[in-house]
Amino acid sequence: MNASAHTARSTSALLYLSGVTVSFDGFRALNNLSLLVEPGEMRAIIGPNGAGKTTMMDVITGKTRPDEGEVVFDGQADLTKLDEAEIATLGIGRKFQKPTVFESHTVRDNLLLALAGPRSWYRLLAATPTKAENDRLDEILTVIRMGAQQHMLAARLSHGQKQWLEIGMLLAQDPKLLLVDEPVAGMTDVETETTAAVLREINKSHSVVVVEHDMSFVRALGVKVTVLHEGSMLAEGSLDQVSADPRVVEVYLGR
Amino acid sequence: MIQRFLWRGLDTRLRLFIGLVLLVGIVPPLLNLLLPPSSPLYVPAYVLQLVGKYLCYASLALAVDLVWGYCGILSLGHAAFFALGGYCMGMYLMRQIGSRGVYGNPILPDFMVFLNYKELPWFWHGFNHFWFAAPMIVIVPSVLALALGWFAFRSRVTGVYLSIITQAMTFALMLAFFRNDMGLGGNNGMTDFKDILGFPVQADGTRATLYFASALVLALFLVIAGAVVGSRFGKALMAVRDAESRMRFLGYRVEGYKLFVFVLSAAMAGIAGALYVPQVGIINPSEFSPGNSIEAVLWVAVGGRGTLIGPVIGAFLVNFAKTYLTGALPEIWLFALGALFVAVTLFLPRGIVGLWGQYKARQERTKRTATA
Ligand SMILES: Nc1ncnc2c1ncn2[C@@H]1O[C@H](COP(=O)(O)OP(=O)(O)OP(=O)(O)O)[C@@H](O)[C@H]1O
Ligand SMILES: [Mg+2]
Repeated sequence: MNASAHTARSTSALLYLSGVTVSFDGFRALNNLSLLVEPGEMRAIIGPNGAGKTTMMDVITGKTRPDEGEVVFDGQADLTKLDEAEIATLGIGRKFQKPTVFESHTVRDNLLLALAGPRSWYRLLAATPTKAENDRLDEILTVIRMGAQQHMLAARLSHGQKQWLEIGMLLAQDPKLLLVDEPVAGMTDVETETTAAVLREINKSHSVVVVEHDMSFVRALGVKVTVLHEGSMLAEGSLDQVSADPRVVEVYLGR
Repeated sequence: MIQRFLWRGLDTRLRLFIGLVLLVGIVPPLLNLLLPPSSPLYVPAYVLQLVGKYLCYASLALAVDLVWGYCGILSLGHAAFFALGGYCMGMYLMRQIGSRGVYGNPILPDFMVFLNYKELPWFWHGFNHFWFAAPMIVIVPSVLALALGWFAFRSRVTGVYLSIITQAMTFALMLAFFRNDMGLGGNNGMTDFKDILGFPVQADGTRATLYFASALVLALFLVIAGAVVGSRFGKALMAVRDAESRMRFLGYRVEGYKLFVFVLSAAMAGIAGALYVPQVGIINPSEFSPGNSIEAVLWVAVGGRGTLIGPVIGAFLVNFAKTYLTGALPEIWLFALGALFVAVTLFLPRGIVGLWGQYKARQERTKRTATA
């Protein structure tokens, strides 16, 4: 146990999961899962419904505590001991499967809230956005192509626009690692393509783990794929490699 | 710096409204003091007392709205903070009676003599000074809110469970304050006040001043609340209300935000209670009754939660209706209250102020379809 923790700390991996198990009332949503993500990498995670993809993100972000296993970030931080806010501060950002934006705020204010910077209540009482912050917001609005909607209430955005706003919020947070859960669910083909382009752009300066069912989207990303099944890793490799793997075919067709 | 912070939160509509509150605070007392009772514009003392009470209720409503409307914490125990502020003021006023009580004891209030107290309980010391009582009015409710909030928010108690805890708190306090051995007047509470800051409480000038002070405090609370919700803190606060766990994943310590508004709101409620007591002339444990807290929530719901003007309007309208109905048709009031609660929940989710917003939105829509 200690020895493996030691190796984890001495690897160069940005994210290291080893032997992670999570049970809900005896049902194992994650079962001895191990995963390595290198700095600068973009990784796609696929797997049938209920495979444990979202649960894995819950474990990494501190929402769910694993029953067993290690989760180490950046070679040193033991994520199983930290809470959501501490983990976010370390540099892990998350986009949820169901888009959650702050509906009663404008697009710009949503980004402002996500923007890296002061988080404590006493500092925000007096804070006004600085010039640098405003410039950064303008930049992000350009990247997510929402400059025209910046003063619109988030509640009035379309589903796809909310997804983009969430990606923009991730960018604003400027984390080392972005966890993106099903970013193209409910998007048109064109929107899906744009999203892939945006994520590739983001990957130039951030590490990304993206969960997605949409195979054409995963193909457009063109990165290493990990297949999850019943809480464990089933296969890993390029999309062509894993889709040629008979076990993967069985999992997807056997349902 | 602080001035900038305070003024930044005020949009034109809120400024106008604060002006209106100040006008309501200045004109009636002047009409009461300067005009002879025979004048048609004369404002009788009982009207001042009534509206003065409403002004304190409006401050309480604003406090409730700050936690409920802007942070999503449905407190069903805010009357407890109001009553605690009131009791601090009551203790000061009791000590001002001195030897003018029925038993003529220079130190012990009448109820203590009656209950055979030999000496003043420790927590009564200092309350003969206004400089001691005044900060206590803020400190006592704040400390209670801090303790309750600290435990509840850190253990992530939210929603209905939090409401139940706050309701239990005010109920427990009511039972405690009903006890004679608490040393706070038991079920009779405290009354027969004589002086406040050396002025007789019953005198016209004192009444007018207390009334004006209530309006001034309400105006000040509107400025403070406006600054808080208009700041970047306020944006974060509303985001906590709308999607608490999302804020955690963004790295915000949500507890700090909740605790700050909860304590601020309790302090505001305490001050409102302290102004209420000398105007109605009595404080007793029934002020803690769970129904009072629920009524305060209703004022906010009727006026419009999550707006600053709404709670003030709601507090005035509902209490005006209550005063009228309990006088004209006493058996109706409780049913009317229940019906109002149902009606507002079903038909006016954003309150009266929200109605205005809906009207504007509809107008805009018809205008757009007309041009299209
Ligand atoms: N809080 C919970 N309590 C009980 N069971 C849960 C909980 N969260 C997840 N599960 C179960 O764990 C399993 C894995 O769920 P998870 O949401 O991680 O799957 P997923 O791979 O994200 O699926 P999808 O593709 O549908 O999003 C599911 O069977 C789910 O029902
Ligand atoms: Mg999922």
